[in-house]
Amino acid sequence: MDDAPLSAVDRPNSYIGRSVPRPNAKRLVAGRGSYVDDLRLPRMAHVAFLRSPHAHARIVAIDSAAAKQSPGVIRVVDGREMAAVCTPWVGVLHHLKGLKSAPQHALAVDRACWQGEPVVAIVARTRAEAEDAIALIEVTWEELPAAVEMETALDPATAVIHPELGDNLAFRRDHVGGDPDACFADPDAVVVQATFHTGRHTGVCLEGRAILADWNPAEGRMVVYHSNQAPHMMQTVFAKHLGLREGEVRVICKDVGGSFGIKVHVYPDEVATVALSKMLGRPVKFIADRIEGMVSDIHARDHRIHAKAAVAKDGTLLAIEIDDLTGIGPYSVYPRTSAVEGNQVVNLTGGPYVLKGYRARTSVVFQNKTPTCQYRAVGHPIATAVTEGLVDLCAEAIGMDPAEIRRRNLIADDAYPCKNLANLAFEGLSHQRSFSRLLELMEYDKLRAEQAEARQRGVHRGIGLACFIELTNPSPFMYGIGGARISAMDGATVRLDPDGSVQISSGVTEQGQGTEAMLAQITASAVGVDVSRVRVTTGDTETTPYGGGTWASRGAGIGGEAALQAGTALREQILVIAGAMLQAPPEALDVRAGVVVDRATGAARLPLEELGRIVYFRGDTLPKDLPRELVATRHWTPKDYPFCFTNGAQASYLEVDPDTGFVTLLGHWCVEDCGTVINPMLVDEQIRGGVVQGLGGALYEHCVYSPEGQLLTGSLADYLLPMSGEMPDITVAHVSTPTRESALGAKGAGEAGTAGAPAAVQNALNDALRPLGAKVFAQPFTPARILGALGRF
Amino acid sequence: MQHAIDISVTVNGERVQARVEPRTHLIDFLRETLDLTGSHAGCEHGVCGACSIMVDGQMVRGCLMLAVQADGASVQTIEGLTESGAIAALQEAFVARNALQCGFCTPGMLVAAAELLRAHPAPTREQVREGISGNYCRCTGYHAIVDAVIDAAATMRKG
Repeated sequence: MDDAPLSAVDRPNSYIGRSVPRPNAKRLVAGRGSYVDDLRLPRMAHVAFLRSPHAHARIVAIDSAAAKQSPGVIRVVDGREMAAVCTPWVGVLHHLKGLKSAPQHALAVDRACWQGEPVVAIVARTRAEAEDAIALIEVTWEELPAAVEMETALDPATAVIHPELGDNLAFRRDHVGGDPDACFADPDAVVVQATFHTGRHTGVCLEGRAILADWNPAEGRMVVYHSNQAPHMMQTVFAKHLGLREGEVRVICKDVGGSFGIKVHVYPDEVATVALSKMLGRPVKFIADRIEGMVSDIHARDHRIHAKAAVAKDGTLLAIEIDDLTGIGPYSVYPRTSAVEGNQVVNLTGGPYVLKGYRARTSVVFQNKTPTCQYRAVGHPIATAVTEGLVDLCAEAIGMDPAEIRRRNLIADDAYPCKNLANLAFEGLSHQRSFSRLLELMEYDKLRAEQAEARQRGVHRGIGLACFIELTNPSPFMYGIGGARISAMDGATVRLDPDGSVQISSGVTEQGQGTEAMLAQITASAVGVDVSRVRVTTGDTETTPYGGGTWASRGAGIGGEAALQAGTALREQILVIAGAMLQAPPEALDVRAGVVVDRATGAARLPLEELGRIVYFRGDTLPKDLPRELVATRHWTPKDYPFCFTNGAQASYLEVDPDTGFVTLLGHWCVEDCGTVINPMLVDEQIRGGVVQGLGGALYEHCVYSPEGQLLTGSLADYLLPMSGEMPDITVAHVSTPTRESALGAKGAGEAGTAGAPAAVQNALNDALRPLGAKVFAQPFTPARILGALGRF
Repeated sequence: MQHAIDISVTVNGERVQARVEPRTHLIDFLRETLDLTGSHAGCEHGVCGACSIMVDGQMVRGCLMLAVQADGASVQTIEGLTESGAIAALQEAFVARNALQCGFCTPGMLVAAAELLRAHPAPTREQVREGISGNYCRCTGYHAIVDAVIDAAATMRKG
């Protein structure tokens, strides 16, 4: 037998790498979840908001006399009254140089800047009564010229939304790496170009945004039940803007019905709800209904990208150049800002490939539409669609197979660590292995033969490939260095109770991805107990260690590492005590399946419940100077790399009907490398869910606006979502390159699916349309757009 | 409340007498008046299926039916379906396959799956996809739900 000590993750009876069902799933299938709208508190009131019907308008007068007399109404509050108790905020980060925005209030003061901005709050005994009263409020509006189209936002003729800022340019970044000019000027290079659009779309969490604030003036305590991903960040925000100390605010996130980045931002109606509770001294609940959610949840991915690439005739990619334009609404969203998505497009484009030149610009402009901000896979699906679209155009231009051109240009698996021309540092990726695995998994050659055979029958099928990188485990370089109080560090506290059960509380949060299962598995493995003996607490600023929450695929990589270290520390503490009790050196013992055992033989020596009994109830029998701590806390934050990049590759197989423009998805494959996989089933489900979210943006989802700035797809009857009937089965496989930054080795996996899916579909569509001489680069790829490209619409 | 109407509904086997406003939707009556919070309101305009419940043995969207329309009817929610064991095989399969993430769509999805399996005890994947196509799930991408329904169907056929 090998005497080498087992690594931190490779212990006997380890749960790392096992598909254990989630501890919280049973409760949810029984309808026993506890979402914010399920909570009721004594004297709880409900708030509804009158929202601006205009994209841009001055509030001349508000007459709420009749509303105040409406049955059940408790309080009517406008922007001026709200501003007296709640300070405005500005969504900028210092490290995004030049980013500017204007102060944003919880309720619009004097002027509304998008259709859907909250203007008046009505608190009533029931939501229905609050809505009745909204209908009785008379607002005198003076419509103002609106800046709606991002393409004309910077034109001199366009109204400047915030005159004090000078213009509608929120942020611009130019980046040059290597020598793009020389590459494009190379007489032997072939240059391809296209203009890409990604459609503005939104998260549509099935549970809308929800908050219940409970200010107890007698105690000086604000308790906020919030459907949110980042309770500690929200604690800071509520405290700061309501003039409280952070310690006076407790934020609790119980079950969260989907988030995807939608529920990690500061929303004016939510802050207003907390302020109203403070004004009234009683609990106030706000549940965004679907119609108001569509105009007030953040939107995302409203980009136009002019792009070109140079390729040598032998298939060597030379350079990429992009000019990205994105419209973000009238305010940069607080506190993460709305410049991050454009910034990510600059960072991530070209990411999987070796290039000699790279030039990128993003221009982030204000407009009178719903604000945009970070949504699952921030910037990734945009950068990947552009990069992979260009790679396919290069392959076509030189007559090379799309798989072959990727093989030739993907960064070699032995090239790490390395930096690319966008200045991203890669610790270790597996593009070549992942891509080979993808081709194997999808049976690429066989699929090509099937496609050719279908073409003989006049059936237009296409195969699309897409390689990508994913940013995970962000360090303080993401937000902290820009001045935002958003923790890049997370803690875990692990405790052994007298009966041998283990409790872990963690700063990362659960919204369905399986955070609590992941924490339970790691803790059970590290301490050495059965996973059924581990209880997990997340989502409570009062009872968990401080942390950032769950976003940017950081839960497993950061929160998981803290849990591993805390669990390991607790085991070591247990062994010191057990050693004293058993007259054995601690290093000769181990904890396995809830029992202290002989490390060498595995022979049982002492059950943990017996150790617990002695420590807690018969401490008199232990040596006086024996440390007897059965609680351990550890924190972890990435320090070696600003971000932990992962990689992967996806493929789509689909059929286009050239008469109707309808697309049928026949198959989808994803191979990704998130390092150590803690729970393969949960990771696969993250990938599948992410892929379908990407497919939604690629094919269906679109926030369509009128020229006046009115959202035309503001209900689920108009805004199409991916439903089961149209979605394909999705095959997932993994390559594992653990990060060496942590003992656990886990990288994030939450956004890989969304990052690559639209690009794979785009390339498959263009592959199918190629014999018909058509190309599409504007998402969503609707039947109308496909028929338009075919000249049939 | 001047137009409130008295109704009598059997909910999960219990007889309930209540006085409701005519405008109250059945889903709000169940959630707000009876505290049966297992069924969820996802869109309130009949698209997402999160509020799917059984009324007289048929799947109904609780947001498209008024409480007064349920007068005299028998309503089953996720709470009742769980306690009776009627959908136990589906619930076990959903947990085993991780066919839920945030869980918000799950009660409605289970109702849709149960109705599907009544009509098709041995469904194909396509039939499952068709049967749950009125229920929106943002988290899973549906693949695992299809797997779970197929598994549950096999379990139920074995009896």
